[in-house]
Amino acid sequence: MLKTTPFHARTAPLVQGQAWRRWAGHAVASAYELVHDREYAAIRNSAALLDVSPLYKYLISGRDAVRLLDRMVTRDITKCRVGQVFYTSWCDRHGKVIDDGTVSRLGEGRWRLTSAEPNLRWLSLNGAGMDVQIEEVSARLGALALQGPLSRAILQQVSPADFSALKYFRLTETTIRGEPVTISRTGYTGDLGYEIWVDAERAVPVWDALIEAGTPYGITPAGIWALDMARIEAGLIMLDVDYHSSHHALIEAQKSSPLELGLDWTVPQEKGPYTGRAVLRAERARGPAWRLVGLAVDWVSLEALYAKAGLPPQLPTAAWRVSTPVYRNGEQIGYASSGCWSPLLKQYLALAHLRAPHFTPGSEVRLEVTVEHQRLQAAATVTKLPFFDPERKKS
Amino acid sequence: MLERRPLVGGAAVTEEIFPGFKFSVFSYVVSLLRPEIIRDLELPRHGLQILPLESTVVPLDNGDYLGSWADPDQTRRELARHSPRDAEAATLFGRLMHHMAMAVRPILSMVPPDPASLAPSDLRGMLKFAGHFRSLGAERFHALYKLMTMSSADYLDEWFEFDPLKATKSASGIIGTFLGPRSPGTAYVLLHHYMGEIDGAFRAWGFQKGGTGAISETIARAAKAHGAEIRTGAAVERVLVRNGRATGVVLEGGEEIHAPVVVSGLDPRRTFLELVEPSQLPGDVVEGIRRFKFRGSSGKVNLALSELPNFTCLPGIGPQHRGAFSISPSLEYLERAYDDAKYGEFSRNPYMDIVIPSMIDPGMAPPGKHVMSIFVQYAPYNLTGGWTDARREAFGDAVVDTLSRYAPNIRGAILGRQVLTPQDIERTTGLTEGNIFAGELALHQLFFLRPVAGWANYRTPIEGYWQCGAGTHPGGGIMGASGRLAALEILGTRR
Repeated sequence: MLKTTPFHARTAPLVQGQAWRRWAGHAVASAYELVHDREYAAIRNSAALLDVSPLYKYLISGRDAVRLLDRMVTRDITKCRVGQVFYTSWCDRHGKVIDDGTVSRLGEGRWRLTSAEPNLRWLSLNGAGMDVQIEEVSARLGALALQGPLSRAILQQVSPADFSALKYFRLTETTIRGEPVTISRTGYTGDLGYEIWVDAERAVPVWDALIEAGTPYGITPAGIWALDMARIEAGLIMLDVDYHSSHHALIEAQKSSPLELGLDWTVPQEKGPYTGRAVLRAERARGPAWRLVGLAVDWVSLEALYAKAGLPPQLPTAAWRVSTPVYRNGEQIGYASSGCWSPLLKQYLALAHLRAPHFTPGSEVRLEVTVEHQRLQAAATVTKLPFFDPERKKS
Repeated sequence: MLERRPLVGGAAVTEEIFPGFKFSVFSYVVSLLRPEIIRDLELPRHGLQILPLESTVVPLDNGDYLGSWADPDQTRRELARHSPRDAEAATLFGRLMHHMAMAVRPILSMVPPDPASLAPSDLRGMLKFAGHFRSLGAERFHALYKLMTMSSADYLDEWFEFDPLKATKSASGIIGTFLGPRSPGTAYVLLHHYMGEIDGAFRAWGFQKGGTGAISETIARAAKAHGAEIRTGAAVERVLVRNGRATGVVLEGGEEIHAPVVVSGLDPRRTFLELVEPSQLPGDVVEGIRRFKFRGSSGKVNLALSELPNFTCLPGIGPQHRGAFSISPSLEYLERAYDDAKYGEFSRNPYMDIVIPSMIDPGMAPPGKHVMSIFVQYAPYNLTGGWTDARREAFGDAVVDTLSRYAPNIRGAILGRQVLTPQDIERTTGLTEGNIFAGELALHQLFFLRPVAGWANYRTPIEGYWQCGAGTHPGGGIMGASGRLAALEILGTRR
């Protein structure tokens, strides 16, 4: 049996189609309703409530906590202040990404790391000989993402904290209807949104409070299918979909550097020693061989391919995660690793890994599409990520 | 762009009628907004956000209901509860409608050729048209012929047995016309509903965040980004014509604005008979436009609510509140509603299409409160004895009375009520006789006959004076198609 999350008692009765999926050994809802359109729309229109408890979570404390984290991840952790959250990747000594996640500074010597995969061993290896305690709190801590333009208004109803003062990628220790929680202004949707971290035993009352207060604001429990579309619009990568951990890659070609994944901004030019620094410096100097970019498929070209088959364009209703070749001048120059139709932007989008020099924004490429069992190519334009970046995300 | 009202949009406007309660006052859903317009004007970047409107629930007179949901299996199961035969027929009917809509769809983006003309452009158009229909094949051509000639009730009788299903489907064939479900010519209007589903994933059909006014604002922003100047509170009194050529317009108050091209987006009566002197037009055109039928047949009731309606057929609050409610319990109910109108009365028991926009976009009403939009048919423009304040309220009462038979708590939930008769629609939006499509969408007023033979190509007999809008091909709904086609024609002559 898969594990269940601390919110299972509330989420399980809502999953109308028994559409569950695995996430880090847990069962989570793919979609609650039979059609996930409304769950997706809530992320961009009102507020979606997502159970993100399966994330791996580690509490790191002790005098050397900052030293450990700074040595491990690419971001300059010495600059992270109390109450601040950093998104970062971390690499092996060859500068290839192991995982990505957030580092939150909960207090002076108290940090929390979230990740997509288990990192206890890697943390312990990096912390050898340091005055640091590493504790995995994955099961002890429930996590909810409340994402969407009305998320702030809803939190304001249930929590005494001042959310208009809580800046992007900051956190606050507060309560929801009396239950102690940590709320960070973070998320995986590229929208205004928050993540709520709560003791597993107090998880259900927090869910209930949010649903109750959020109903007049259109709060909608949303599953992974909806999230997957939103994160592609936001240009956010996913481990095991858009890249593979260097710890699991079987061959070199399966590994990626943060520069290749478009995470340059998480690799500071000036920072003390950290794992992979030398390699990344050199790579930055010569320029990465690959790069993750956005592709916007040209509608007219797509429509023409379908029209030949006598069909209107058949667009995916959910995000796909199948490696799909990208061509230029008849030669394969890379592959898309995930994509979706964006109901908001009215565009067919994909995240693609392209070889230098084809990844310059504006480049015209061709994406393979299968129309009635035939492999064809539609025109697409290399686009800067994120595709969707609303002002409210940071305002 | 000159607009008489203080806000752009015409019938696609969002207004805060009661403090905190916003209404799509007239037009209330997006129908078929053309994907090419969405792309060309980059509307998503300027604020287009169309939200799904996923279900329809029809309360029945026996206390049951008929539901149609976003999930096809759920819909099929629901229909099978009433008629297993219809549940199967619905799938086949859907496929036929898909093919019919595919057949008709190219016409939406085609300038109507004049079949009586020998001009090369018209001949080319007719050839294209004929070729298109030949490509359909016999079976589909025959189906299309039936659709074009039959009444929606007769057409649906060929397919289905469950009366409320036929009634609800036929309702889409009568909206905005002065016809009943048993009137010939209503079947083809069913098609328009399926047309949206072809671009289903494109989601050019649904509910715009912020109401239909937000679409108008989105398009206005796109226009401004392309350099357009928009003036509101600027009513055009007439078009300046010199030597048979339009040279600009005169605003109320006398200000003159000169331009080499003048495009009227008003309805044909205003475009041809009010903005210019009939003496400037050929007599047959004047006659044709005079005979063009408007006959507004629908009204609108907008309610501010303290709580959601609780329907006795499906009690409690649920997903049904995020979709539409259709008051169309039987074909006879609709036909009798039409009977009232035929003899100059509003329907005592009207057809209603009800949505609760605040359930889809919480921003439309204060948290916990709601707005309800009720499209009501029939309400004849030419009411016997004329519309008065008292008759308007009586019409509003008929609507609330009918609704409260299905949702008894509605009466106590009303915080504010706005009743709009066809006369009110005409007065506020300028739509002649309050016809929501700027002229009845009937077969004899479509394609190369919209608005009048010989002038369906967006031109007018006055050089430099052009027409677009719902009174021209391909008609009404928030689709933008006529404006785009007119713009392309105008650009074509100026290259």
